[in-house]
Amino acid sequence: MNKLRGVCLLAFIFVSCAVGACGQVTFERLLNSSQEPQNWLTYSGDYAGNRFSALDGVNTANVHSLTAKWVYQTAATGKFETTPLVVDGILYATAQDDRAFALDARTGRPIWLYQHQLPSDIRPCCGRVNRGLAILGDKVFLGTLDAHVIALDAKTGNVIWDVAAADYKEGYSFTLAPLAVKNLVILGVSGGEYGIRGFIDAYDADTGQRKWRFYTVPGPGEPGHETWEGDSWKIGGAPAWNTGVYDSKTNQLFWPTGNPSPSNRGEGRAGDNLYSNSLLALDADTGKLNWYFQFTKHDEHDWDATQVPIMIDSGDKHLIAQANRNGFFYLLDRTTGKLLSTNAYARTTWTDSKDSEGRPAPNQQSSPTPEGRTVCPGALGATNWMAPSFDARTNLFYVTAREQCDIFSTAPQPYEVGHAYYGSAYFPSDKAEPYWGALRAIDPASGQVKWEFRHISPTWSGVLSTAGGLLFTGDAEGNFIALDAASGKPLWHFQMGGAVYASPMAFALDGKEYVAIAAGSSLYAFGLP
Amino acid sequence: MILLWLLVAPSTLADEIRNPFSGDPKAAKAGEFEFRINCAFCHGLGARGGGRGPDLTRAHKHHGDSDADLFQNISQGIPGTVMPANGTNGQGVGMTDDEIWQIITYLRSIQVQAPAKSVGNAAHGKELFYGDANCSSCHMVEGNGGRLGPDLSAVGTARTVESLVESVRIPSKRLAWGLTESTKEFAQEYQTVTVVTPDGHEIKGVTLNEDQFSLQMMDTAEHIHLFEKDKLLSIQKSRDSLMPVYNSTILSDQDLDDIVAYLLSVGAK
Repeated sequence: MNKLRGVCLLAFIFVSCAVGACGQVTFERLLNSSQEPQNWLTYSGDYAGNRFSALDGVNTANVHSLTAKWVYQTAATGKFETTPLVVDGILYATAQDDRAFALDARTGRPIWLYQHQLPSDIRPCCGRVNRGLAILGDKVFLGTLDAHVIALDAKTGNVIWDVAAADYKEGYSFTLAPLAVKNLVILGVSGGEYGIRGFIDAYDADTGQRKWRFYTVPGPGEPGHETWEGDSWKIGGAPAWNTGVYDSKTNQLFWPTGNPSPSNRGEGRAGDNLYSNSLLALDADTGKLNWYFQFTKHDEHDWDATQVPIMIDSGDKHLIAQANRNGFFYLLDRTTGKLLSTNAYARTTWTDSKDSEGRPAPNQQSSPTPEGRTVCPGALGATNWMAPSFDARTNLFYVTAREQCDIFSTAPQPYEVGHAYYGSAYFPSDKAEPYWGALRAIDPASGQVKWEFRHISPTWSGVLSTAGGLLFTGDAEGNFIALDAASGKPLWHFQMGGAVYASPMAFALDGKEYVAIAAGSSLYAFGLP
Repeated sequence: MILLWLLVAPSTLADEIRNPFSGDPKAAKAGEFEFRINCAFCHGLGARGGGRGPDLTRAHKHHGDSDADLFQNISQGIPGTVMPANGTNGQGVGMTDDEIWQIITYLRSIQVQAPAKSVGNAAHGKELFYGDANCSSCHMVEGNGGRLGPDLSAVGTARTVESLVESVRIPSKRLAWGLTESTKEFAQEYQTVTVVTPDGHEIKGVTLNEDQFSLQMMDTAEHIHLFEKDKLLSIQKSRDSLMPVYNSTILSDQDLDDIVAYLLSVGAK
């Protein structure tokens, strides 16, 4: 009898999971996300940062018949940067102004909507944006523009806990999708344009209690403090505003950091300015720094290194790769942080040589001047926060590149709490050709660009690769585009009517694959007829 | 009583919106920093205007001169122009109300009371525009003229005199360097394009808009053509403007001054 009851219970659970929400998203499920490709459980789809979907229902043979299945409109304005999560048929995402929502992933119909009440005097540097949620257990986690970390009930959107991480009036905010690891919710702060002191935080997922904080600008007595002039460390910036990756084998987070403040004026902060524009290897339990690699020392061009890094395993080599905003692709040994190779993947004029560690070193002609100086890449970088993708089958690293040169000028600026702190202005170079962009496929081992798909203007869309042999990306003119992942040949496109500022993802329902992306003020889901 | 209220209310409300930092040199300096970050990309260092944004040192501003007008325009943007709302375009940072007032204080501190200088004869400029200089064959002003080039009705306030002169003498130098599609100034607008249709017919004109897969263009006879790019035999784009170069032999400096004076006078309306 008991045995029969057990069988019935199992059958019930199986049926429930098949048609509806299973509920608990355990750490084990996050670790093994590749075993459930119908779901998209983290910002990058997995802990390694691949933004690769193992689904192959939509593939090079049938993508020509892909069609819009539903559209969800947020009725919000501004840049819509979210990457949705999908768990067992429910889609969770964020939109502008720190709203979060859950949809029926089959129809796009809302289940709940949460609107965070933002003060009128927040300090968003670059739009009232948010890039997505993390999920763990029965909660989803949101970082807000007033620097709060909020846990919402995944079934209702009710607030479970809400903690202030820092004072938004000093310029602190969150825009990234948090990362859930073990029982921790991990976020890096934004505010590099306001003279903040950057940090990466970990919160207890159950209670909201902060478990550790790693300051990305070392204080007095800490290693690296000597890389800051005088008191400049107190307002040194080095935010960490994009989602990092996690290596369960070594229990390490690899988290990228952004520009030193003020972003375009090095005077007053002489030194390398650690750990700005770096990749940090942190112990996930304690936040202790194991190693760091600084991509751009003493940055004066706002070249944040906050691009999502991707962990790549090749034989017995444990590597980590990043296509950096400064125009170079870097391959590191992720055990030691040692630089293995670096190559330009976009136009760069700021370097002609490499330092003793093989890192591109700035030349004399790149530093901003009061009159202004043309430098490539421009102020928005050779790439930015739009997500890259790695497909182990093609062994190609895909990145959205921006070809844009700008005139960088600099001016002294006193620091005032909560006020923008750039020390600069930048302008389009009237000598350069119009801005353009490209999706580029890089061979990580050689760093060589194997092919490119040229965009007529620079796009802010990230890239998704899939087991269907496809790449998905968007453009500034509102197209959603599928490319052959091996060659870059365009195979399908759809005009969505609004510029793309987001990175695509994929999920499946009833055995059918969907691909979703935000454009304009709408979230689109595409599938086969 | 209600009627009385209606009569006095608008001016009363406008009077209530006053710059709290008016005349404060410290606020003006803070505003200068904010201006560099948020505004100089289009309006230039010193607010003297650029290829995109008007000269803001002029006392007369096309979209309103009062403090309330300036606050509204910076805060909400100006619909139908490339002027975006505060913090929405990715250029610079979102500003607080106080920071916007600081920018206004800065602009007042550098404001030049005299109107934009023009030594030309506007009446003669109008004759030239519609006559010998042939501008109106491609450009419209206040509803009269051609369609191939930009409407110039508001260009007198939207551009500096220097950029107007440059556009006539070297038309290809800054051909349509738009911001983004969302600001309605398409990056490709007015780019010269020549296509060959599947039946071998060659069409030359200007781009109205373009994306990866489609092209919307106007030919030199002002016909609009809508193409899917993959169906065309060829597409050639050029940054050389279809507008002829008006050097000083074709158009004297005095005649150009007169045309600029005409455009400024129209823009000032």
